[in-house]
Amino acid sequence: MDNQAVTADPQLQQFIEVESQKQRFQQLVHQMTEVCWENCMDKPGPKLDSRTEVCFVNCVERFIDTSQFILNRLEQTQKSRASFSETMTDY
Amino acid sequence: MDSFSSDFPSGSSSGKMDTGTIMEQVKVQIAVANAQELLQRMTDKCFKKCIVKPGSSLDNSEQKCIAMCMDRYMDAWNTVSRAYNSRLQRERARI
Repeated sequence: MDNQAVTADPQLQQFIEVESQKQRFQQLVHQMTEVCWENCMDKPGPKLDSRTEVCFVNCVERFIDTSQFILNRLEQTQKSRASFSETMTDY
Repeated sequence: MDSFSSDFPSGSSSGKMDTGTIMEQVKVQIAVANAQELLQRMTDKCFKKCIVKPGSSLDNSEQKCIAMCMDRYMDAWNTVSRAYNSRLQRERARI
């Protein structure tokens, strides 16, 4: 396949971007379902009761909060470069 | 159904493949990959929940447990998907 022709096609380019974004979403759903299952599910019953459902919703929100917190704090520690390189180069 | 596992057929002498066909094939392969991922994680979780002491076969209670577990895992997956989607909408509304 001619690579230049493929990447020059704007329709294909947009398709790739949209599908990639969809995949990132799917992957995170898979990951959070797995993690939150550990947190929220005791014994699987005949249905998902409301308490468990609330747990899953909270779990998703807190997971994303955690991810954002980590990114923000990392950004902050990189700005104050001294403290960051100290933590990184401690062998 | 071995079109799922085969690579894109190489165009003979015509060269470039139809963009629409490529997109459709990619969508199918993505859907298959997602289904496999879901099944793999579901199997892992439900095995852990339902099979305490592995016997010489799956007894009735184990099978019943696995069946319920599958349904609950799907419920959980859908709940997480909805919750994540709302969160994303909220984040976008802020910007």
